[in-house]
Amino acid sequence: MAEPRLIEISPLTRVEGHGKVTVHLDKEGMVDEARLHIVEFRGFERFIRGRLMWEVPVIVQRLCGICPVSHHLAAAKAMDMIAGVDELPPTAEKMRRLMHYGQVMQSHVLHFFHLAEPDLLFGFDAPAEKRNIFEVIREKPELGRRAILMRKFGQDIIEATAGKKIHGTAAIPGGVNRNLPIATRDQFLKDIEQMEAWALESLALARDYTLSHPDLVLGFAAFPSHYMSLVREGDGALDLYHGNLRAIDIWGGTIFDQLDYTKYHEVLVEDVRSWSYMKFPYIKELGPEKGWYRVGPLARMDTVDFIDTPLANAARDELIATNSGGATHAILANHWARMIEVVHCVEKIRELLHDPDLQGTDLQAKGDRREEGIAMIEAPRGNLIHHYKVDEKDQVTYCNLIVSTTHNNEGMNRAVTDVADKVISGRQTITEGMLNHIEVAIRAHDPCLSCATHALGQMPLQVELFDADGAMIDSRTRDA
Amino acid sequence: MPDSQDAPAADLPKARIATASLAGCFGCHMAILDIDERLIDLMALVEFDRSPLTDIKKFTKRCDIGIIEGGCCNEENVHVLQDFRENCDILIGLGQCAIMGGLPAMRNAIMHSDEPLRECLEEAYITGRYIRNKTHNIPNDPALPLLLDKVYACSEVVEMDYQIPGCAPTGDVIFETLSKLLTGKFRGFERETIKFD
Ligand code: SF4
Repeated sequence: MAEPRLIEISPLTRVEGHGKVTVHLDKEGMVDEARLHIVEFRGFERFIRGRLMWEVPVIVQRLCGICPVSHHLAAAKAMDMIAGVDELPPTAEKMRRLMHYGQVMQSHVLHFFHLAEPDLLFGFDAPAEKRNIFEVIREKPELGRRAILMRKFGQDIIEATAGKKIHGTAAIPGGVNRNLPIATRDQFLKDIEQMEAWALESLALARDYTLSHPDLVLGFAAFPSHYMSLVREGDGALDLYHGNLRAIDIWGGTIFDQLDYTKYHEVLVEDVRSWSYMKFPYIKELGPEKGWYRVGPLARMDTVDFIDTPLANAARDELIATNSGGATHAILANHWARMIEVVHCVEKIRELLHDPDLQGTDLQAKGDRREEGIAMIEAPRGNLIHHYKVDEKDQVTYCNLIVSTTHNNEGMNRAVTDVADKVISGRQTITEGMLNHIEVAIRAHDPCLSCATHALGQMPLQVELFDADGAMIDSRTRDA
Repeated sequence: MPDSQDAPAADLPKARIATASLAGCFGCHMAILDIDERLIDLMALVEFDRSPLTDIKKFTKRCDIGIIEGGCCNEENVHVLQDFRENCDILIGLGQCAIMGGLPAMRNAIMHSDEPLRECLEEAYITGRYIRNKTHNIPNDPALPLLLDKVYACSEVVEMDYQIPGCAPTGDVIFETLSKLLTGKFRGFERETIKFD
């Protein structure tokens, strides 16, 4: 076995950058393969062993501060199963759902306004100093303020349901440890109309952007892939908190459907490659070459049958009508899908706020202990899997996590190869334009590299070009 | 909702702030955004230099304040941290990961293990179930930065001027610290404002 390379602390020089792409050419100078390397490693699956089961939902969310609620809830759902609880008291389930909708809303708003908006507003070619939320605040104060207040609404919902805006503590095995006081509820109800109006305006912004840039959207790394997400049991509706697993192929046909997610390991395998810390999942029956798939907002729009809130459902119909049957492969339409989900979350939050169950006092259920817990949730960026085993002393003995960005690993690498092939085959140098294209291709997949590494959408990128003998011929880093 | 405020006097020299996320979860950067509307006020006092919240990747000027999230788990983290120390007058460790390693440092202390890092790598890539690893190797490629033998707190690598505790610290505490530092009024915190879960 090859030695992992370890060093003692000492100054070492190397270009920093969280995302790194290498491009490998063949003898003719054509692109053979391009790789997106994930350079961070945590080791969570090992060091969580020995910790107590109730600690897990609190600890595991520290893998990702961008969507911590998703990890908090996925771990809590797995611990419900270990606690022998198959059905939560209504108050507990609804508090958790409210927390989750607040989370998806704030995360999508963050992505669209704080990260993508500067590109859309100032253009992909705007100077780097300009492409950030602070400049949006400076130049378009009204838009900047709206972005801040929409995100704040989601964060406030999280604080009210989870206890803290970042890394809350409310979900416990079998339930939650708080309900929603009437006064807090009324605070939120005061703002909900405004949120709905803003969500619909944001949706229009994302839709119009997509429809008015057809060349960019359709020509950009828009290759076919399979898609996977949870869908509601029975009717196949969008359900971000719970459901069964469905995968569709590139033509929209079924690969598997209404699969009990505790059987995920019967359908999914993760491939390990030497050059990245992030693994490559694929659908077992199709094999590693053909079995890769993507997850996320756009994937969800394609996999579900409908959305159970009227405004979001009408918006989804409009999006689905733009593809000529089958699935929507235009990855840049992800923004549109994301804003449809913001509308959905606001509709769901409103529905929940009017539900008296949130003031209930039956918060935790008990059941007969099991040793294994498997849970899935639809995180903002797509499907998230948590799997644990716990011994009779309540200590974790096994853990396996598959995060959304990992599901999209192969897709991102294909996108990078696709773009690299188009812009660099037959050339010997890397241009600024190439960096731009690669960055947009990766960013469109919305990698939450924090779950495996850390970099917000605006990825610092380093691209290296290798000839057929493995010698580096050029390298370029995105600088200011 | 109140309308947007007028821009502040344009020619006051603004403080420059840079931020970096090392081995952290990005939660501390999210907490910076939790300053919410006060970000607009803060924009009157500061300019952001290199930061994952901007597209600026290298220092463009010397900075007054550097904010570090996360400890050091690989050589790149060390390199970035040293670069921040060299280019910032005041260096602030934001959150538990920067202060004492935080969650990633849990891998430093696996019971009964002389080689915790190796055990973590083997669990993730070799012995874990439901994976396919044709070579039976741990990822190892010149493109991957070298991992350190353990996760280090920032103060083990360079001198830090301030540490803001919390996981994550709240937007309120961050706003207070920054605005008081910028106006020379920073005298530490009341205990209540930095209590934990
Ligand atoms: S201190 Fe907490 S919130 Fe900050 S980076 Fe570390 S785990 Fe994330």
